Amino acid sequence: MAHDVQHYNLDQKFDFSAATKKLVFTVLGIGAALLVLGIIMAMFGGGHHQAAEAEGHAFHWYERLYANLWINNVYFTGIAIIGVFFFAIQYAAQAGWSTAIIRVMLSLGNWLPIAGVLMIVTFFVANHDLFHWTHAYLFDKNAPEYDKIIDGKGAFFYWPMAKGTFPVFYILRMVLFFGFWVFFFKKFQQFTYNEDVIGGTATWYKIRSWSAFFLIFFAVSSSISAWDWVMSIDTHWFSTLFGWYVFASWFVAGLSTITLITIFLKSQGLLEMVNENHVHDLGKFIFGFTIFWTYLWFSQFLLIYYANIPEETVYFIERLSSDIYGPFIFVNLAMNFVLPFLLLMTRDSKRHGVFLKLVCALIIAGHWVDFFLMVQPGTLGHNGGVGFMEVGMFLVYGAAFTFVVLSGLAKGNLVPKNHPMLEESYHHHI
Amino acid sequence: MERDTHFVTGVYEDEDVLLKAITQVRSSGIKIHEVYSPYPVHGIDDYLGYKRSRLPIAAFLFGLLGTTLALTMQFYMMKFDWPMIIGGKDYGAFPDFIPVTFELTVLLASFGMVGVFMVSTNLKPWAQPRIFDLRITDDKHVLAIDIANNSSMELAKIEEILKSSGASEVNKKSFE
Repeated sequence: MAHDVQHYNLDQKFDFSAATKKLVFTVLGIGAALLVLGIIMAMFGGGHHQAAEAEGHAFHWYERLYANLWINNVYFTGIAIIGVFFFAIQYAAQAGWSTAIIRVMLSLGNWLPIAGVLMIVTFFVANHDLFHWTHAYLFDKNAPEYDKIIDGKGAFFYWPMAKGTFPVFYILRMVLFFGFWVFFFKKFQQFTYNEDVIGGTATWYKIRSWSAFFLIFFAVSSSISAWDWVMSIDTHWFSTLFGWYVFASWFVAGLSTITLITIFLKSQGLLEMVNENHVHDLGKFIFGFTIFWTYLWFSQFLLIYYANIPEETVYFIERLSSDIYGPFIFVNLAMNFVLPFLLLMTRDSKRHGVFLKLVCALIIAGHWVDFFLMVQPGTLGHNGGVGFMEVGMFLVYGAAFTFVVLSGLAKGNLVPKNHPMLEESYHHHI
Repeated sequence: MERDTHFVTGVYEDEDVLLKAITQVRSSGIKIHEVYSPYPVHGIDDYLGYKRSRLPIAAFLFGLLGTTLALTMQFYMMKFDWPMIIGGKDYGAFPDFIPVTFELTVLLASFGMVGVFMVSTNLKPWAQPRIFDLRITDDKHVLAIDIANNSSMELAKIEEILKSSGASEVNKKSFE
């Protein structure tokens, strides 16, 4: 009967055991080895590329390294902030079902401070190799390379300084976004752990108000960060739904990460109150937002394809007509839409068995491909591709992210034991 | 349409009593015809031992039908029956067909699902509903037992079990 008194151990902590750590470090090691292998191959094997680009600037192996750093910076920052975002959504929506796993969501935010540092450092190291608009000659009316269109957009990066000097506005936004994201994350963390000590409902109301402010800030910042960090790579081109598109990609990947960590914690014998009903709901979120991502991907594609305006179609021509990126467009759609859509359609696949785990892993890899397709064609052109360097860098970032998140999770209680809606979470039944 | 049917009904005041009663009645070997309640009782399907509805399968098949129909229709019209160049695209411009395909998939899946639901639950517009007790639209839960389906058990015994399970009234109801 549903009204029995429950006796769960609410003081359980996640123990980041040596065995788990070993596994994470093994992945890190494999990733690092592949990365080094990829770098060596790129350093000594790039002969024909350089010949092809004899007229333009010569291609250097480190450009590919920077592009990889950037893909993973943006991707894992997204997953991390989605954890905080989904946590805030639970409070803003006054959701009760998810109470047992809200700290799993929040724990993703542990990556944010590191992500912020990595992002800013990568930008300063790699700026000319990643972002075309960082070249000063684009804004010089007397230079042969003067670009009227980029000059028109220049203020968005350089204001209040002269165009082509130091991108104050751009850096300011980056610092501001990371600053506020980390600030909100720390606040939420502080509130929720403090609730364990003081109890009562005051904390819940407090987090709800803070969540509302965070969501407003996130709505603006997530969109603008997508323009800044991803869309500005293809400087001439623009798409008005790009912010949503990147957000959707982040959101599905973030939800998959939350689900995988939840299933992992359950397999460790933790989170006893989380049962197949909670997992089912997470699965439904993944299923639904997979379709949402596809909807946005297709909306962007169809309008550009249908209108057939050269300055817009260039984005897809660059990708679809390329031997390197063309196939990945279809890989991207298969991994992020067709397979998850078919595999997660039935109720059972969202509740039991390996399908959900499989689809989560598929989606996390799939949305990396999505970001790969957003970043590499604009930065590397035909010198890109998926090789050892790409796989290695992804594994390194993935392992580091997992380590940071799980270490953060191990610091406090797993379940918010004084949360006013915890009881509702126990009885969640669908 | 159907021959006369006779039912015993137990009237319950409270959903918790009702859920316990369902378990008790079923464990004593009585087959329950149907339970009526003024509002959805959470988890009652599990107590009644109902299998999961196969409605999603119908929805999927109707959706698939919609997809097929939409694509066939558009390719036939745009590529074979009356080829037209629109926006400089190929006659069979697949991406152009997706919005219509999506809409028809959704339309047929939802209409098909509603139709199958109506038929399978006997909610067709011309169906004559059997009203076991008018109070099921107000504040009473009614558990109905088809006597013909439980011929191995004496009527008095069934009534006794209903009474002991917490029913506030035990009535008989017949339909022509």
